[in-house]
Amino acid sequence: MTYSEGNRERSAVEFEGVGYALPDGRWIVRGLSLAVGGRETVVLVGRSGAGKTTALKLVNRLLDPSEGRVEVGGTSTQEWDPVALRRCTGWVIQEVGLFPHLSVRRNVGLVPELLGWERERIDARVHELLNLVGLPAVEFAARRPHQLSGGERQRVGVARALAADPPLLLLDEPFGALDPITRAEIQREFRDLVHRLGKAALFVTHDLREALALGDRVGVMAAGRLVAIEPAGRFLECEHPEARALAATLNGGAGRDG
Amino acid sequence: MGDLIRYLSANRGQVVSLFGEHLVLVGIAVGAAVAIGVPLGILATRDRRIEVGVLGVTNVLQTIPSLALFGFLIPVPLLGGIGASTAIVALTLYALLPIVRNTHAGIRGIEPALTEAARGMGMTDRQLLARVELPLAAGVIVAGIRIATVISIGIATIAAAIGAGGLGVYIFQGLAMVNDTVILAGAVPAALLALTADGILGWLARRLTPPGAPGARSATTAARPT
Repeated sequence: MTYSEGNRERSAVEFEGVGYALPDGRWIVRGLSLAVGGRETVVLVGRSGAGKTTALKLVNRLLDPSEGRVEVGGTSTQEWDPVALRRCTGWVIQEVGLFPHLSVRRNVGLVPELLGWERERIDARVHELLNLVGLPAVEFAARRPHQLSGGERQRVGVARALAADPPLLLLDEPFGALDPITRAEIQREFRDLVHRLGKAALFVTHDLREALALGDRVGVMAAGRLVAIEPAGRFLECEHPEARALAATLNGGAGRDG
Repeated sequence: MGDLIRYLSANRGQVVSLFGEHLVLVGIAVGAAVAIGVPLGILATRDRRIEVGVLGVTNVLQTIPSLALFGFLIPVPLLGGIGASTAIVALTLYALLPIVRNTHAGIRGIEPALTEAARGMGMTDRQLLARVELPLAAGVIVAGIRIATVISIGIATIAAAIGAGGLGVYIFQGLAMVNDTVILAGAVPAALLALTADGILGWLARRLTPPGAPGARSATTAARPT
């Protein structure tokens, strides 16, 4: 199963009344309904434990929903082969996601390798992607992850997620561990890249500033529920208490930074 | 010391052949323990019941005194009897624990986020094992093999008691004759063998440990506690 160009016009991901419960019956996500458009970036914000990461994992079947359904490319994830599904969704997590025993080249080329691409095609793709994320391939391809700075590692993580040209990216606090300057830089580059390449992205963070910078729409999760979702430009007008609480962090942040 | 060197050079032929027997005992036993122990250690990371059973049994085996284990095995059909094959079975059983334990600990010690990233990228179980888990655990697994080897070289000296040959022959002869030189003619080459194996496998374990991987430090020392 693959995406066709036509599919891109409809939702990349659609949650319909999705719930996820632990074996002990505690609900981590409940009643989640949300559609991410084919070229849209939706950012979910919320406190730790609000169910944001769980929602992401329900998309690529690292978890299966306890109720409701999740559709990717118009097909229920339950009908997808999990391995095929994951190979066509780019997955970026905090820096630990790079394999320390593999070079940058092999980390980035991993999904194409799993897909059985030819060696030359992988090399060409890795070269292209590293340059795309601002890491000259000549200089970086042979390095190991521990020889990179935090920002460089995160760029490699983004390049790796893009390797097999997936129509959908899932990102779990990918820039959380970076210093503020690098972070702002990489956020800007990321936004340009996603728009230029026409990707859909579902992005999770606890930082509202990041959410507003990256998202076309920003959703707030609290105690497993999506309590508000607004276009990024109108988010600060949102009346929901949790959204207000998040918005209040911006002022404090602005005061501290500047 | 002079006595020892004179004794060894006078009996050069026999020393070499006992040394060879010793190497064969240890080599086969550790080889078998790797062939059994690594898959068992992997299985133990996959299933909770196997984990409890495997770690429990290998633990208990380790508590049996070695001379007693050799003795117990003599009357056992097929595996037992007098001679090298019985000794190899006993040595294999001893070598299992560190290998199973380190394989298990090495894989369990991998950052869960890494294995999840691997799954999230679409690796099958087998690809996860071959491309991520085994390479990242290799240093810790080899550290287990190193311990197993050093232990086996020592215990193999006792195998001479059941007629398995090896450098223990000199030790038991020396004990019977109350002759320190003969005891040392067995003990010193065995100790040198153990040190050499320790050095080589320690170097290998360090080489196989990727920088920043779990166990990057502990693999260079010894078994990781679990």
